[in-house]
Amino acid sequence: MIVARQKPIEEIVEMTQAFHKLLVVGCKGCVTVCNVGGAKEVAILASALRISGKRNGREVVVGEHTLERQCDPEYVDELKDILEDYEAVVSIACGVGPQFIAERYPAVRVFPGVNTQFMGGAEEHGIWSERCAGCGTCVVHYFGGVCPIARCSKSLLNGPCGGSNNGKCEISNDVDCIWDIIVTRMMEQGRLKELIEFKPPKSWATARDGGPRRMIREELVE
Amino acid sequence: MSEYKSGSNLEKVLRAGHFAFTGECGPPQGANVEHLREKAGHLKGCVDAVNVTDNQTAVVRMSSWAASLILLEEGLEPNFQMVCRDRNRLAIQSDILGAYSLGIRNMLCLSGDHQSFGNHPEAKNVFDIDSMQLIYTVKKMRDEGKFLNEQEVDVPPRLFVGAASNPFAEPFDFRVYRLAKKIAAGADFIQTQCIYNMDKFREFMRRAVDMGLHEKCHILAGVTPMKSVGMALYMAKQVPGMDVPDSLIKRLRGAGKGKVAEEGIKFALEQIETFKEMEGVAGVHLMAIEWEHKVPEIAERAGVLPRPSV
Repeated sequence: MIVARQKPIEEIVEMTQAFHKLLVVGCKGCVTVCNVGGAKEVAILASALRISGKRNGREVVVGEHTLERQCDPEYVDELKDILEDYEAVVSIACGVGPQFIAERYPAVRVFPGVNTQFMGGAEEHGIWSERCAGCGTCVVHYFGGVCPIARCSKSLLNGPCGGSNNGKCEISNDVDCIWDIIVTRMMEQGRLKELIEFKPPKSWATARDGGPRRMIREELVE
Repeated sequence: MSEYKSGSNLEKVLRAGHFAFTGECGPPQGANVEHLREKAGHLKGCVDAVNVTDNQTAVVRMSSWAASLILLEEGLEPNFQMVCRDRNRLAIQSDILGAYSLGIRNMLCLSGDHQSFGNHPEAKNVFDIDSMQLIYTVKKMRDEGKFLNEQEVDVPPRLFVGAASNPFAEPFDFRVYRLAKKIAAGADFIQTQCIYNMDKFREFMRRAVDMGLHEKCHILAGVTPMKSVGMALYMAKQVPGMDVPDSLIKRLRGAGKGKVAEEGIKFALEQIETFKEMEGVAGVHLMAIEWEHKVPEIAERAGVLPRPSV
């Protein structure tokens, strides 16, 4: 899933202070799963904005709405009539959401209510971590099912570097050295030989470095 | 003896079978050329080549190739360090050509400390290629006369290719294989991380020798004399991948007030003596960090002077 984190309420208040009619829009996709942008969080943020408005002596009307997905025009269309009553939107979907809304409703001001973090998963309840860098050419099978591009601080394909420290990364003791995990796993699997093979420079042309990406599947296009 | 790969002094010294002795010099955090010349001046005649660090610990300094050229002007042979953190493959290959064209003959290939260590932690890093691939790149340009995209290099750069090895970082069992991998990728010489745990290093070298790695590549043992107990504690606790045994810290503490630095030097000298006899070790890389003026004394007492002229 795409994992996001709520922006500080003060920041949301500050960026929306010129508007009196706000619609907080959630998303039932990834951000609901990571407890940051679903219906529940829409309600919490809306009430926080109302309270803040009152405290600052401003009349603020805050509406609430949660879409099936904000990354799909079909669902974004749903906002058409609702938006007539509002001046601005605070989207608490990932960074895709506010852009789809802004694209569909160019006259409406759209603000992001969350900071999109990464593509990852839940390690346990309340803890998420990054797993994928979206490089466009998956290589995890070479590395014991682990992605060094997303999970090594230096994206090394021929790690571990000399900064690996008792299983931790040189940048912080809170960060695992993923190469320590790769090496341990591969050696346990008896795959030392593969590990010693030189991995040549990677083509980043399929990654974001190749420019903004777009995918067309002809068989699905009408 | 076959033709030299680069013809650098370091290569000649190592190929002639002399026990090599290299030094290190960090470029200034500014354009203080005089200070750089002064620091480098201490190393003159004491070492076979001088490593010129590349924004080490991710702190902005004068570029390593520029500082290398200043050392060349001073009559010292630079070992130009390059990290993968700050350059993509275009900049890497063009800097290799530029450095070679201006007289640089040794190059040490490194991944580079992560920028979160340094004085611009907000920076975006590059890591387009890693240190292993950097070694491969320099070798490919030199031996095949080709860029990474297979296009021909119009006059290949003839550089003596160096790499680093940290025998002490985890996972220990894999370290010697990673060294082998660097040698297979094209490393002509290796400079190790600062060694303090002699037992562990001995074991590492035993494995390297068993694999015959010392016959494929010149391995220089890294030595950094401890200046103080504080430095030893810092190295032990703060520097990733560093192994400082308690016994050394105890020994430094026991030296008494005003005598710790001398004890640190004594330990370094004992290490150098051991390395001279250790199978597979082709020399010492002395990293006297901001202690360049002590290098002549250390070299003298280590009995490595005068440096051979090949």
